[in-house]
Amino acid sequence: MPSFFNHGPTPMAFTRRSLLRNGLVMASAAASVPYFLERSAMAMAAPDGLSSTPGVPDERILVVVQMGGGNDGLNTVIPFGDGAYYKSRPQIAIPAARALVLDRQAGIGLHPSLTGFKGLYDAGLMSVVQGVGYPNPNRSHFKSMDIWHTADTTATGNGWLGRYFDAECCGVDLHGKATPEPMAGIAVGREAPLAMQGQLSKPIGFESADLFQWLGGGVERKLGPAYDEINRRGETGGVDPASTQSFLMRTAMDAQVSSDQIRKAVSAKPLSPYPGSDLARQLSMVSSMIRAGLKTRVYYVTLGGFDTHAGQGGENGRHAQLMQQVGSSIKAFYDDLKKQGNDTRVLTVSFSEFGRRVVQNASGGTDHGAAAPMFLFGPMVRPGVIGNHPSLTDLDAGDLKYGIDFRSVYAGVLEQWLKADSKKVLEGSYRAALVIKKA
Amino acid sequence: MQAGNPAIDASPLIPSTDGAAEPSAPRAKPRPFSTALNPIKDADFGYVQARHLLWRAGFGGTPGQINTLVKWGPQKSVDHLLNFEKVAAEPVTADRFDKDIIRPYNDEERGEIARARRSGNEEAVTRLRASRQEAERLDRAQMRDVQHWWLKRMIETPRPLEERLTLFWHGHFATNYRSIENSYHMYVQNQLFRQHAAGNFGKLLYAIIRDPAMLAYLNNNQSRKGRPNENLARELMELFSLGVNNYSEGDIKEGARALTGYSFDDDTFEFQRNNHDGGVKVILGRRGTMDGDDFVTAILENPACPAFIARKLYRSFVLDLPTGRKELDGPAQSVVGQLASTLSGGRYEVRPVLRRLLLSEHFYHPRVMNEQIKSPAQLVVGAVRSLNTPARDLGTLSDAMGLMGQSIFFPPSVKGWDGGRSWINTATLFIRQNILCFLLTGKTPAGYDPLATQEPYDPSFLLEGLDVGSGGRLEPESVAERLLIFCLGKAETHNTQVLVKYMRGRKDAGTGVSRDTLVQVLLLITAMPEYQLC
Repeated sequence: MPSFFNHGPTPMAFTRRSLLRNGLVMASAAASVPYFLERSAMAMAAPDGLSSTPGVPDERILVVVQMGGGNDGLNTVIPFGDGAYYKSRPQIAIPAARALVLDRQAGIGLHPSLTGFKGLYDAGLMSVVQGVGYPNPNRSHFKSMDIWHTADTTATGNGWLGRYFDAECCGVDLHGKATPEPMAGIAVGREAPLAMQGQLSKPIGFESADLFQWLGGGVERKLGPAYDEINRRGETGGVDPASTQSFLMRTAMDAQVSSDQIRKAVSAKPLSPYPGSDLARQLSMVSSMIRAGLKTRVYYVTLGGFDTHAGQGGENGRHAQLMQQVGSSIKAFYDDLKKQGNDTRVLTVSFSEFGRRVVQNASGGTDHGAAAPMFLFGPMVRPGVIGNHPSLTDLDAGDLKYGIDFRSVYAGVLEQWLKADSKKVLEGSYRAALVIKKA
Repeated sequence: MQAGNPAIDASPLIPSTDGAAEPSAPRAKPRPFSTALNPIKDADFGYVQARHLLWRAGFGGTPGQINTLVKWGPQKSVDHLLNFEKVAAEPVTADRFDKDIIRPYNDEERGEIARARRSGNEEAVTRLRASRQEAERLDRAQMRDVQHWWLKRMIETPRPLEERLTLFWHGHFATNYRSIENSYHMYVQNQLFRQHAAGNFGKLLYAIIRDPAMLAYLNNNQSRKGRPNENLARELMELFSLGVNNYSEGDIKEGARALTGYSFDDDTFEFQRNNHDGGVKVILGRRGTMDGDDFVTAILENPACPAFIARKLYRSFVLDLPTGRKELDGPAQSVVGQLASTLSGGRYEVRPVLRRLLLSEHFYHPRVMNEQIKSPAQLVVGAVRSLNTPARDLGTLSDAMGLMGQSIFFPPSVKGWDGGRSWINTATLFIRQNILCFLLTGKTPAGYDPLATQEPYDPSFLLEGLDVGSGGRLEPESVAERLLIFCLGKAETHNTQVLVKYMRGRKDAGTGVSRDTLVQVLLLITAMPEYQLC
């Protein structure tokens, strides 16, 4: 049996140990092997799902960092060599001398607070894809974010990652029905994003790990053992396996096991220090789950506050603080992963639902725009600046025109990293951007 | 009785509890799953059946309410639940919410915008945009208020079947606030469903093509003669009345033409004659200069329509289809067919269909009872109503329902909510257990809600009439059995043993089961997998 991970125990062994530790008396294996184990066995035998198929890299992970509100791409990846930039933003433009240079010839640099990104860039661990957007840009937060989540300009249907899970992360149960892997996708935050909602597959989401368990144990400690007797039975004799009750009992068992794994994982101290920010906290949790060897294929973290209509600031101020947080958090994340020896397994992608208008507004800020850069991180990415900076004069109603459709970037990630059929997942044909280095 | 739901106490459903009947095992012998809709015999309608009826035709009931229905018998019980217009309830008024948060620009504003754009006045454009965004923000806040209003109504109503059916139609004619961003229109649509809840489906279908929320959601307000938008025509047939394969692409195109001009101005329906395609059309085999109403008439005259609606009602009230079991699918299909006949024979009156269904032996068959996964609404509203817990905080309940996958007024797509097993995964299971923990104890991840310490929930009414044993104390076995049958519909050995063991470990003085122990036993029961069923 192949080992899924470089570190930690295999999932089956972990589960069995935790069951025995809880003092559950297991009768004959046939009668009382919990569903979680049965299905894992099936998944390993089945050609699809999280089993070892030639060419399907089980150990690869994708992390999505969502910047909510519409990050001002123009002050993030700065065309410091373009006079139009300074004409359009008399108060909030970043002085050319202060930008962190990425490409002196092209006159492209990063916001000065993105020292974290610069460190990753210089180490060949970062890719900047310029001018990413989609046709007929929508400037409404809800609608545009839904478009990015569904990979569909009508913003309808399931999430793109949900469709990925449905296509690639489903096993087959004893009755031949496709069953989703319960832990294929984990989102940190109150609500799991639409991006991860599939037809069958639903993500796990929690703000902090201690919320991903029964609260009753906190009302009265003695309830814990009784609760376990109820919810860790798995499927035992007497209950019709095709019944809804049996399905509920199996899911209850899965929930306990997932909860144990997640809470144990995040209780470990990181190997490398993190700043004290919200995004850093989330990435630290993700890092600890990766380190613990969870089966999870995709993690999703989010940071809000990018909707800088007023008082955005330039080199300093609100936007600068956000840049500081994003840069330092992702840098700390990769430093930690490197110490673990897991950095080569993790691709991180960062995006926002739209960029902002070229001309600053009358409130020292910027309004909703369109095209903006996307960022990819990890040793496997094609390092450097990809694509041209959008023109600051040839605009679409005052907004930057896109050069690369975001679904091309998704397609690249799906095909080159996750080895998935991007046409099936994206429900459309998009030329895959070359985002991953050739081996 | 604890405070928190005076409406339940005052509702006609609250019995004068003169001696609670003991819950007993179903008196009916196990019989084959009937293909007919024979009415259930009075003698076979006991505690378990009354409990089942209250859960399926509403949001559950207290032991007192269950016992009242047992005393009334099936006919009177179903009549009481179904003829809810006879029960006094709080009216729904047009001015309960603000209809002017979102409104079209008036002439003055339109002029201002045009001037600003022409002169390239960035500041003015920004200001106007900001005020629009502010209106949208206020409207989102009002949408939350409307959500809370409806949730409260479901919790307090003395007409549970009315709200149950309103929710059913909301899922059927699914419209998502996120797309239309007009909370007042969602409120108006909600009342449309309530008005026609157990009324006439035909009338409802004629009304839905005039509903501003639906017209906006499916873009019919943008549909024009010469450039018709097919969205409404398609979903009207595919999802709302006939089902796939019962119409052609041609019917969609022609139907879209018939619906041109069906739009709205501000908050009212408006037929825009100059946008309407008045030409001859052929839709579903009928020919003429058909408008939207003629389109609906053609739909209603199509035999696929009563079959489609009957099937949807069956799936909502009886069993999810296909059941996955051959021995159930056949009878289910047969029953759906008979319900369809009743629906078409009654010219789309919904009440007679439900009456026939809710009085049938088929509905009370053991294969039907305790087999439906509660929707988030059924779970949350049902818990408050049946266990009589305080509602505590509507915002928390509404958010939890959202995390469970059912944010009312925000169905994920025009298909509504899939329901059934799709409600359940490892994440939603914890949320379901934890919202019950919140209702029973006020415990949140951050601490306890203030009400919890001021007015602790007292569930002792659930044990009313239970005999003490020879030692003058309540026996854990009888407490466990009473509560399991009330909460789950049955008391299985394993569950009973776990609860008895727990109670014995508590060593309570006095009657043998303290209030705290009772609450803890309920915490365990509501954390059982079977608690998700009704």
